[in-house]
Amino acid sequence: MGTAPSYHNGSKPTQELETVVIRFAGDSGDGMQLTGTQFTSESAIAGNDIATLPDFPAEIRAPAGTLAGVSGFQLNFSSREVFTPGDRPDVLVVMNPAAYAVNIADLVDGGALIVDTDGFSKPNLRKAGYEDNPLDARGMPERYRIFRIPISKLTSEALKDLQLPTKTVSRCKNFFTLGLCSWLYSRPTEATVGWIKAKFRTAELIEANLRAFNAGWAFGETTDAFALRYTVGSAHIPPGRYTSMTGNKAVAYGLMAAAAKADKKLYYASYPITPASDILHELAEQKNFGVVTFQAEDEIAAAASAVGASFAGAIGVTGTSGPGLSLKLETIGLAVMVELPLVVVDVQRGGPSTGLPTKPEQADLLQAIFGRHGESPVAVLAPSSPTDCFHAAFQAVATAIKYMTPVILLSDGFLANGSKPWAIPSFKDLPDIPAKFWSKNIGFHPYLRDEDTLSRPWVVPGTAGLEHRIGGLEKDYDSGNISYIAENHDRMVRVRASKIARIVDELPDIEAIGPEDADVLVVGWGSTLGSIEAAIRDLAAEGIGVAHAHLRWMNPLEPGLDKLLARYRKVLVPELNLGQLVRLLRDRFMVDAIPINRMEGRPFKAGELAAEIRKHVRTPPRVVVGGAEAR
Amino acid sequence: MSEITETTTTTAPAAKLSRKEFVSDQDVRWCPGCGDYAILAQVQKVMPELGVPRENVVFVSGIGCSSRFPYYMNTYGFHGIHGRAPAIASGIKIARPDLSVWIVTGDGDGLSIGGNHLIHLLRRNLDVNVLLFNNEIYGLTKGQYSPTSRVGQKTKSSPYGVVDNPFDTAALALGAGATFVARTVDVDQKHLQSVLHRAAAHTGTSFVEILQNCPIFNDGVFSDVTDGEGHENRQLLLEHGKPMVFGPENDRKGIRLGPGMEPEIVRMDSTKADEILVHDERNDAIAFFLASLAWQPGPGIERLFPVPLGVLRAVERPSYERSVYQQIEAVTRKRGPGDFDELFASGDSWTVS
Repeated sequence: MGTAPSYHNGSKPTQELETVVIRFAGDSGDGMQLTGTQFTSESAIAGNDIATLPDFPAEIRAPAGTLAGVSGFQLNFSSREVFTPGDRPDVLVVMNPAAYAVNIADLVDGGALIVDTDGFSKPNLRKAGYEDNPLDARGMPERYRIFRIPISKLTSEALKDLQLPTKTVSRCKNFFTLGLCSWLYSRPTEATVGWIKAKFRTAELIEANLRAFNAGWAFGETTDAFALRYTVGSAHIPPGRYTSMTGNKAVAYGLMAAAAKADKKLYYASYPITPASDILHELAEQKNFGVVTFQAEDEIAAAASAVGASFAGAIGVTGTSGPGLSLKLETIGLAVMVELPLVVVDVQRGGPSTGLPTKPEQADLLQAIFGRHGESPVAVLAPSSPTDCFHAAFQAVATAIKYMTPVILLSDGFLANGSKPWAIPSFKDLPDIPAKFWSKNIGFHPYLRDEDTLSRPWVVPGTAGLEHRIGGLEKDYDSGNISYIAENHDRMVRVRASKIARIVDELPDIEAIGPEDADVLVVGWGSTLGSIEAAIRDLAAEGIGVAHAHLRWMNPLEPGLDKLLARYRKVLVPELNLGQLVRLLRDRFMVDAIPINRMEGRPFKAGELAAEIRKHVRTPPRVVVGGAEAR
Repeated sequence: MSEITETTTTTAPAAKLSRKEFVSDQDVRWCPGCGDYAILAQVQKVMPELGVPRENVVFVSGIGCSSRFPYYMNTYGFHGIHGRAPAIASGIKIARPDLSVWIVTGDGDGLSIGGNHLIHLLRRNLDVNVLLFNNEIYGLTKGQYSPTSRVGQKTKSSPYGVVDNPFDTAALALGAGATFVARTVDVDQKHLQSVLHRAAAHTGTSFVEILQNCPIFNDGVFSDVTDGEGHENRQLLLEHGKPMVFGPENDRKGIRLGPGMEPEIVRMDSTKADEILVHDERNDAIAFFLASLAWQPGPGIERLFPVPLGVLRAVERPSYERSVYQQIEAVTRKRGPGDFDELFASGDSWTVS
């Protein structure tokens, strides 16, 4: 067993690249998610800015070799700022013909295609719908740089004297692939070696995977197939300590930190659902923080128990995805009525119904804001990046407590599983969240209201003298008793609405980023931030200046939006739905906002978005200078 | 995180409370003659006898006539949404194991729309008490059949008779793994009180079915069993360790196992005492056997046995919330109290200088 190869060494010439988009694709069982995650860690450690997009099927193990079973992981790593996982890969690694079939159309012309030729057997070709090997098709060598490597065979050769079962050997080929790609892009390998040593249970498996990894690296170094290797330099990232953070993990950490800063117990109740389950998994792990997790019998019970926990004085949180949010809506309405803190995390996925369980979409926005019977206002927050999920979750808890209200956090499948480098915060630097239980019993009733926030007191069982009853029936404004009086109901409905509307009082005015003279404003929300920024950067490179404002608060909408929208000739609203925010803006501000919509179960491609935006930009006037045309 | 426990530990020792202190200032709005009044009165009587400070008691309900109950108790109360009381109560009890939590539900709320939550509550064995008022009818929605209504029963939504087969409530609870299953009736104050005491004393989920009369939509549905003429012949008062005998003094009968393990009613004056089954609350077979006894003249499956009243099953099993906190303590002992800075940096990390 060898020591890890050093990425400094190497005999082949090295070329410097600014940005690379690589996609690993194989069968669900090929370990492509792991390969991608480790390659991401290596790239982050190399100092690149990164963004990732895992893309896996809903089926856990679809029949091997089939199109349905293809799992992919895309990484954009760069020496400049990265906003998205990249539109199209420059490098595509495919482990079998199905992975080739699903992904080849995305590979850029002239891109590198790295193929495990051992995966391209006759039966595998047939499963992917090929009679003949598509790699041999006419025009292929001109279109792509193809690297045919018998990865499976080379892996088993490297492991042959370990006498492992064939299946085990076959499972190591992803580390061969990782080793090869790590060599190709001069990645630091210490993290991967450490990972292998920490994660595999037996010495035998550690040895096998290390050997496969090293063999991949050595193959790159010695084969004639690769004449060059590449480096991607460090990005200008603010100094500090970083770790790679996914949105789901960030939500979990944000909830935990907020509960601790409020000096309350975190109670997280959930029913397993893709792509939200990882939040439950992460929190279930953290028992020594006093976190209580409850895997409920269904989505409704998860929500209802979270409301109960809040009544009892904990921070009640429930997490889910679209179909689960539909089931929780009645309970959220109860939380609106009883005015208790509740955080609902909705990791949006393609809908309706079961839809595209593993793919992102932003089509739950209107459901989150309006999807309940009665006038049922709640606060709705949308994080814009995997790391922003931490802050948004923290803010959701603080808001839920301050306003005694449900807060819906609209994450999505892209944020949940995608990752970005996270500047590790110091716990002591996070703000405290004021959260005092009410104990004064002079003039008490359960619907007394704070003058500023209109929130009612949080009184927990166990407080002597303040025994009271709450419930879903309408309550009297002045006594908190049940009331069916017409005027009182009208008043209470308006008070509940005002309470949510008043959240804007603590928010800063929204601002746009972009050139002063821009007359087109792009308004986005949630996970489209990166795509919009990338599109605008590309347009700026062409000399087209476009402004961008990104909403974080979906309800209430951030202050200053009315003035901002009025400043621009055109307002464009890109969303991964058929136009939901755009309706809110039109309705609220009477602005002729123009929707840009995609429902493809993936983030916007920056190039596509730039093309859409370009349609609305005035052609810059041509200036004739001394007979020559200039722009 | 410490605040919650502080609140409870500072509670002063309960002064001797009376029934009055558990009566809220709200007007009771059940129909005149409703069995719920009797149940409310007995619960209010028993509460001060339990020695739990009033502020540590929480009544949780769903929707339905019975679910108005929390408003009338001068304790903490949560009137929830239809069927979800067990889920709301679970959150309360898990967040605050020190509280005495009572769920009040009905046959529609608990067994129909909330059936799933009820069985999972019983399975988990949270240390809470469930009072299920069974009147075999939907009252608040004005008289539709419920999941305990009998085959053939004519109601507003079954004008030609119910064709659904009803639940055997006790059997359902036992099947869900309930550690305490009891049955009592609204009209027998003493029996109701004793069952409430037993339920309160049990650690784990106590499931109490209370046969309750709805004078408006299902009047007299249980009178054969509870207080009608000859009801002694149709109720079997259970006592742990005592033989299963019933009937008026001059016509005592007993229950024994027939040759096919089926229940048999025998006359005591012509049967040896040792042939009669002896009740054992800890014996699962007996509990299920008792749950199968019912007074159900046809149509449908006819069963003409006395209805067991009292505790059918009472066994010990660790409560859910206790296990939850034991696990938290065990992990904390092993790993030490959580440190956020360590947690944040627990993945692969790198430094940019």
